[in-house]
Amino acid sequence: MAEHTGLGLAALQAAALEAIAAAADLANLDQARVRYLGKSGELTALLKQLGTLPADERPAAGQEINQAKVAVQDAIDQRKVVLEEASLTARLAAERIDVSLPGRGRRPGGLHPVTRAMRRIERLFANAGFAVVEGPEVEDAYHNFEALNIPEHHPARAMHDTFYFDAELLLRTHTSPVQIRVMEEQAPPLKIIAPGRVYRCDSDLTHTPMFHQVEGLLVDEQVSFADLKGVLYDFLRNFFERDLELRFRPSYFPFTEPSAEVDIQCVICGGSGCRVCKQTGWLEVLGCGMVYPEVFRHVGIDPDRYLGYAFGMGVERLAMLRYGIDDIRLNFENDLRYLRQFS
Amino acid sequence: MRFSEAWLREWVNPPVDTRQLADQLSMAGLEVDAVEPAAPAFSGVRIGWVQSVAPHPDAEKLRICRVDLGEDALLQIICGAANVAEGMKVPVATVGAVLPGDFKIKKAKLRGVESFGMICSAKELGLAESSEGILPLPADAPEGEDIRAWMALDDHCIEVDLTPDRGDCLSVSGLAREVAVINRAPLATPAIQPVAPVHDQSLPVHLQAPTACPRYVCRIIRNIDPSATTPWWMQERLRRGGIRAISPVVDVTNYVLLELGQPMHGFDLAKLDGEIRVRMAAEGERIALLNGEEATLRADTLVIADAGRAVALAGIMGGSATAVGPETRDVLLESAFFAPLAISGKARSYGLHTDSSHRFERGVDPELQIRAIERATRILIAIVGGEPGPVVEAISEADRPEPRTLTLRPARVAQVLGLALPEETILDILVRLGMQTEPTAEGWLVTPPSARFDLIQEVDLIADIGRIYGYDRIPVSHASSASVTRSTPETDFDLDRARLALVDRGFHEVITYSFVSPEMQALVDPDQEVLRLSNPLSAELSTMRTSLWPGLIQTARYNQARQLERVRIFESGLRFRIGADGLTQTQGLAGLIVGSPEPEQWGLTSRAADFFDLKADVEALLALTGAPGRFSFVPGAHPALHPGQTARVECDGQSVGLLGMLHPSLAAQLDITGDAYLFELDIAPLSVGALPKHASISRFPSIRRDIAIIVDEAVTYAAIADCIRATETELLRDLVLFDLYTGKNIESGRKSLALGLILQASSQTLTDAVIEDTVRRIIARLASEFDARLRD
Repeated sequence: MAEHTGLGLAALQAAALEAIAAAADLANLDQARVRYLGKSGELTALLKQLGTLPADERPAAGQEINQAKVAVQDAIDQRKVVLEEASLTARLAAERIDVSLPGRGRRPGGLHPVTRAMRRIERLFANAGFAVVEGPEVEDAYHNFEALNIPEHHPARAMHDTFYFDAELLLRTHTSPVQIRVMEEQAPPLKIIAPGRVYRCDSDLTHTPMFHQVEGLLVDEQVSFADLKGVLYDFLRNFFERDLELRFRPSYFPFTEPSAEVDIQCVICGGSGCRVCKQTGWLEVLGCGMVYPEVFRHVGIDPDRYLGYAFGMGVERLAMLRYGIDDIRLNFENDLRYLRQFS
Repeated sequence: MRFSEAWLREWVNPPVDTRQLADQLSMAGLEVDAVEPAAPAFSGVRIGWVQSVAPHPDAEKLRICRVDLGEDALLQIICGAANVAEGMKVPVATVGAVLPGDFKIKKAKLRGVESFGMICSAKELGLAESSEGILPLPADAPEGEDIRAWMALDDHCIEVDLTPDRGDCLSVSGLAREVAVINRAPLATPAIQPVAPVHDQSLPVHLQAPTACPRYVCRIIRNIDPSATTPWWMQERLRRGGIRAISPVVDVTNYVLLELGQPMHGFDLAKLDGEIRVRMAAEGERIALLNGEEATLRADTLVIADAGRAVALAGIMGGSATAVGPETRDVLLESAFFAPLAISGKARSYGLHTDSSHRFERGVDPELQIRAIERATRILIAIVGGEPGPVVEAISEADRPEPRTLTLRPARVAQVLGLALPEETILDILVRLGMQTEPTAEGWLVTPPSARFDLIQEVDLIADIGRIYGYDRIPVSHASSASVTRSTPETDFDLDRARLALVDRGFHEVITYSFVSPEMQALVDPDQEVLRLSNPLSAELSTMRTSLWPGLIQTARYNQARQLERVRIFESGLRFRIGADGLTQTQGLAGLIVGSPEPEQWGLTSRAADFFDLKADVEALLALTGAPGRFSFVPGAHPALHPGQTARVECDGQSVGLLGMLHPSLAAQLDITGDAYLFELDIAPLSVGALPKHASISRFPSIRRDIAIIVDEAVTYAAIADCIRATETELLRDLVLFDLYTGKNIESGRKSLALGLILQASSQTLTDAVIEDTVRRIIARLASEFDARLRD
């Protein structure tokens, strides 16, 4: 009986191992497991038959069967690892994608280049402690001109190409009236910038009837032209991220004295002369000066106690230099092919 | 102001080249706009003396000239100009000469006759835009000499763009003074000697508006030679100053204007009636002007009149009736001071702008009139002869501009400039600038030169000191001053953040003009009263926008016309509306979408955007307020929108914006392809948010129950949601609409909504009984309120 059992066991084990080795996938392998090791499996059946053996043969036979079972189980486990690996490999191969396909869904749009430049300007001045304020675009002649020491019939007023609604109401020609509005409402010390749209009755290759300015104003007891130079050096060098040379040229604005126009070393050619700087190596980018005492008197600030500086810059000009835009009119055509370049 | 560099250098000649001179002027606040050669490059042109002129045998219009160039042999030149004549001095381009435009002169044969050069016109030498015939040279021009050298053409025309405060620099003498100051160079002011009168004829002058004209100087010059011509050198200086030569009298007055800055005028004495009255015009008085136009005057306009009528617009332009002409024999020269305030704006109000008005508006030196008339007299009689009479000066002492005396404190100079200059440096600059100074305890009393109308206050002197010392030598200070921290409330609506949100949602920002065409405005926002510009650039840009939509629609149309069919754009800015309280200027944010919500791509089915695509964008913006729950969308109406697809955005019942589909008939009219959707929000009312307030999160599980109900189509989702929320205020954490269905299996006029109810308690795990009861109560409420029934 023992012999019979031994022979049968060896054959069974060999058959089981063969079936395991031949299992092509995990389902096959599981079928083999059920056939040999399952509840009604063939090796399990041998164990169940142990009771029919004489008592003295049972331990040895039991041990043999158990050894066979362990061997089969090991084979199953090993095969399982192999098959699982193969299955994973197959899955990974099947799931290969073209990663170069574009991503799905929304694409971001973009800010207008003027806004982009404006945000940069606002942030730089905010870092320096300037608060952002805004004012009306339909202004009265008093805030746009008189309070800024530009009386009626002053030649400087004629230079402003003003859009009028009637004798009193106009579209602001600069952001400077915001200075007046702030000083009317707040007491010094003051430290503000005023960004916004301004309007001039002028339209040609290099002018649009609407454009943007940023005005700056600082009023305190100790403020000098040297401080004004400092703040503008900081601003322009940071804006262009370059150690630019600056040139302060004496100029005239009715609401500042001393007044200056500020040129930067040409950012296109570096100062050697090009078409953009008209071969001068310099680009005019802003106007500035010390607040004129008449302006303080108009808003009830004591010009003997307080000094101030003010500056104003054209945002389109700065945006165009920064982003290499060669035609100001593009800014208001709003061609999406243009706008996308600043996304 | 344009002038000849060579002329300036007669007054002051510092050792700097043209480029340096231009830089010096710019850096002194006299901005040089252009430096141009007085004549274009050419070479080989010499002065010729025409000895004989003979007809060409084979060409009617050509003449054979024999020209003396100061050499042994005469040169044979064929000339086609009609004005060539024997004895003339002419410019001759000899063989080998190169004229402007790289035009090389070669030996030529014209209809069989040899020509060894070309006799030139002013145009051919680049000295005039156009010219008739050859350029005649004065009889004393030395034959054979190079014309560039003889006419001093190696000169530059310098154009300075003067700021309106520097009227004192609108002359060669004024600029020369500045150049002298900058370079510490000597100034060679020409001596002006009075010309003794040779008769005593004069006209009486009456100053009837002495504030406007406190000083009027004139003089009669009789018996001038009407055939005299202006010498070439003067014509050249005028040309290089941008002024065309006309006749000797006019040219001399213009010459003195350029040289000294005094505008002058010459009248034909024979046409003046008896006297000069400087008076205000009578309202409606008419005058024919030199430019050929007739002006109807206002009473605020100063005129020069004779006994009967106005003969000139004072300081602006003379009248044609008394103008100097070819027949004029006796001249009245005028040299006056008109107060800037009397002249300012007047020329412009009559549509005029002249060299004279430009200077009087900015201020002419009130001490210059007599010097100028003596200078003009001497130059004029040298050209046209004539007999000068006495200089008549009418003056109102009480109205003359008084010399200003200003206090200057060195301490204030240091404070304003941020630089403590030594007193001797300050004093040196003041003296160089021609100021009178008198020391005081604090500094000085300073009297500026009479021409400096711009020096009114102490700070004007400080600016001038800074200017001459050099702005570039003022230090750069990084002293931190005025540290003012002003914050905005945290719950204010952040427009910048909103812009970025839209950008992230696929929108491009646009910036359109604040003025739009009245047609577009009327189409898009017909019910709103508008503000119109009185002087628009064009009708297209004449009406202030009351909404941001016209600009967005126009931009969409512009891009669609360029094959960009899919548009997602927004703009923020002011709208200008007239209402009961007058004009309001309020900030708005608006957007437009048309075409597919996503760009065309492989992984999504393409579809056209609809109302709910844009609504999601608007909801995203409202979420930024921090209190999205306070906003609701209610059916609304707007003339530009589809009546069935318009929502009014409300905050606590108050309208804060609109959202909807562009009305299809409007879209067709405006050439918009596809269904466009628009929104516009008012920014100010969006600042309603509250600060976030923390609430503890329940530790107990939430459960979800889905229900599907059928209601009439007219029942809004908002009403259902509000009803559910009102029914269960405690346990309902969230409500999700996950399906909306009409069609098969749903009777017509009804719709099915599938809703997910998410329930959770804060202190316990919900039991089935509580859940069932809650859902049952909700269903019962919906049934009673909306006749809702559960879908099978």
